[in-house]
Amino acid sequence: MGKLYDELAKDYRVREGLKTCINCGTCTAICPAAEFYKYDPRKIVDIVQSKDEAAIEKLLKSDVIWYCGECMSCVTRCPRKNAPGLVIMALRNLSARLGYFVCSEKGRQLYPLTKILTGNILNYGYCVYPDTFRWEDHVESGPVMKWHLEHKEDTFARVGANFKGDGPGILRKIPQESLDELKSIFDVTGGTERIEAVNKFSEEKAAEMGMDMDEYLEETFTHISPGHLNSEED
Amino acid sequence: MIYQGKQKIWADYQKEIPDDRWYYVRSCIRQNFFPGAEKMFMEICRNVLKKDFYESASHTTCGGIAYHCDTIPQETVMTIVARQFALMTEAGYENYVASCITSFGNYIEILETWNEFPELEAKIREMLWKACRREFNKPKYVAHASDLIYKYRNLIAERAKYRLINKNTGEPLKVVEHIGCHYSKMFPSKGVGGAEYPYVLCGMVEAWGGNVIDYPERRHCCGYGFRQYHIKANRGYSISNTHKKFESMEPYHPDMIITNCPGCPYFMDRWQYAIAEMEGKTYGENGYGIPVFTYEEVAGLVLGYDPWDLGLQLHQVAVEPLLDKMGIEYDPKRKYEGLNHKDLLKPELPGVLRCC
Repeated sequence: MGKLYDELAKDYRVREGLKTCINCGTCTAICPAAEFYKYDPRKIVDIVQSKDEAAIEKLLKSDVIWYCGECMSCVTRCPRKNAPGLVIMALRNLSARLGYFVCSEKGRQLYPLTKILTGNILNYGYCVYPDTFRWEDHVESGPVMKWHLEHKEDTFARVGANFKGDGPGILRKIPQESLDELKSIFDVTGGTERIEAVNKFSEEKAAEMGMDMDEYLEETFTHISPGHLNSEED
Repeated sequence: MIYQGKQKIWADYQKEIPDDRWYYVRSCIRQNFFPGAEKMFMEICRNVLKKDFYESASHTTCGGIAYHCDTIPQETVMTIVARQFALMTEAGYENYVASCITSFGNYIEILETWNEFPELEAKIREMLWKACRREFNKPKYVAHASDLIYKYRNLIAERAKYRLINKNTGEPLKVVEHIGCHYSKMFPSKGVGGAEYPYVLCGMVEAWGGNVIDYPERRHCCGYGFRQYHIKANRGYSISNTHKKFESMEPYHPDMIITNCPGCPYFMDRWQYAIAEMEGKTYGENGYGIPVFTYEEVAGLVLGYDPWDLGLQLHQVAVEPLLDKMGIEYDPKRKYEGLNHKDLLKPELPGVLRCC
């Protein structure tokens, strides 16, 4: 593998999203994440364009690249037509590939995210699916959602959905041939390789932390350490 | 003078939206949480306005949420999208309409990237052929479903049974419009009205009789943030952003909120419940929340559809205060019934947020 910057520069999102940053900080001013987390997209873009290998490696192993919400509000406002949000996506992609994501608490969350989202896509053809949306994991969705999920066959039918039915419609059963095509796409495009890499690095990290994978899943899905938020003192 | 300036900017970002013959793709989030909205979209387009909207059972997620949670490579999401385009091509359509804002942004980003880097498009075509033995034409036009309801807004107004008017005062309802970030923040020219003055929802509200509220955090993200919601440990980010918006709109006393994004109505609805339970704070009148709607739900109400056929019983914030203001007739006893009056019991009542 070449230098980290060279790897980043191959990513179309960096080629699209990083021309010449003038460090004005407009992205940070508009950023919802910067208001909440100890996060400054201006600094991240500046580190990438500095091509400083040690600084980029530190970034790839840090929590900060995982604070962005990818709302892309920064893209609208950048006076130089950069896209800091796309640069963040490229950094996360490289961190995942190299296994650096397990070095930070927010990075380790890639394990539950991968398990939930790619599981839903490959098993059902949806990113979000009623059978895997556990109310206990989403108590903020309220008592109406709890009722909805408890009666989902009836509540979906009431509003005209085709839940698990054949043919088109809301929450239809995606045909097996289509799910097979999705799996084939994952195999051909590197999606399967990515899942396997995230699993391998996560299993190694779980062993290092003395956890089995169920404990690691729970830890990475729920645990938050002090120190991430602007409202906390350094 | 200033208003003319805004009108001029809006005019610069008007889109020539085709009138008919669309290939429709659904939204993962909306199918789960606001299924009646998609039902209403097809009802309006197909049955009320007699337009040709085609849906294939074989289409899938676009992978957009997984992509923005950084769990799949760019080539994977691009090839999933290429397969969707192949299904459109095979069905004989050229206009492509997405129910989801994340999908809409995803499609636009991919097409723009392919325009910039043709070698990447060629690579994706090869990958799609290898994986699925399919080929595709790029759509002539990609729209978000709200673009279509915006285009048809006056046709809907002509058929309106109710208007966005407070029947007790005769005054227009005060409406907050919230646009999904990926509608036009990345590619302003692709959204009606651009990113600074998006007009897609304003046009509907005005056509149907309401007044749009301007407030300081109008363009702030709802707080979804993809991984910032899907991971339990990160949800403080999500609720904090929603809280910021509600604190900002509160002084303007909105009667309702209209949205065009899958996640936004979910978060603005559910986080009002969570804020009420955590802080004891409610933003509507008399202990209620501010009802949050998709644009199809609002269109359905205006056209006189039964609120429970629209799925408004799946909202956590009670919609009844808004229905009463508009003078909409509804049967409270039928709210939580299934088909054929089946008894489905009722949801528990929250501790603080007033519900019906």
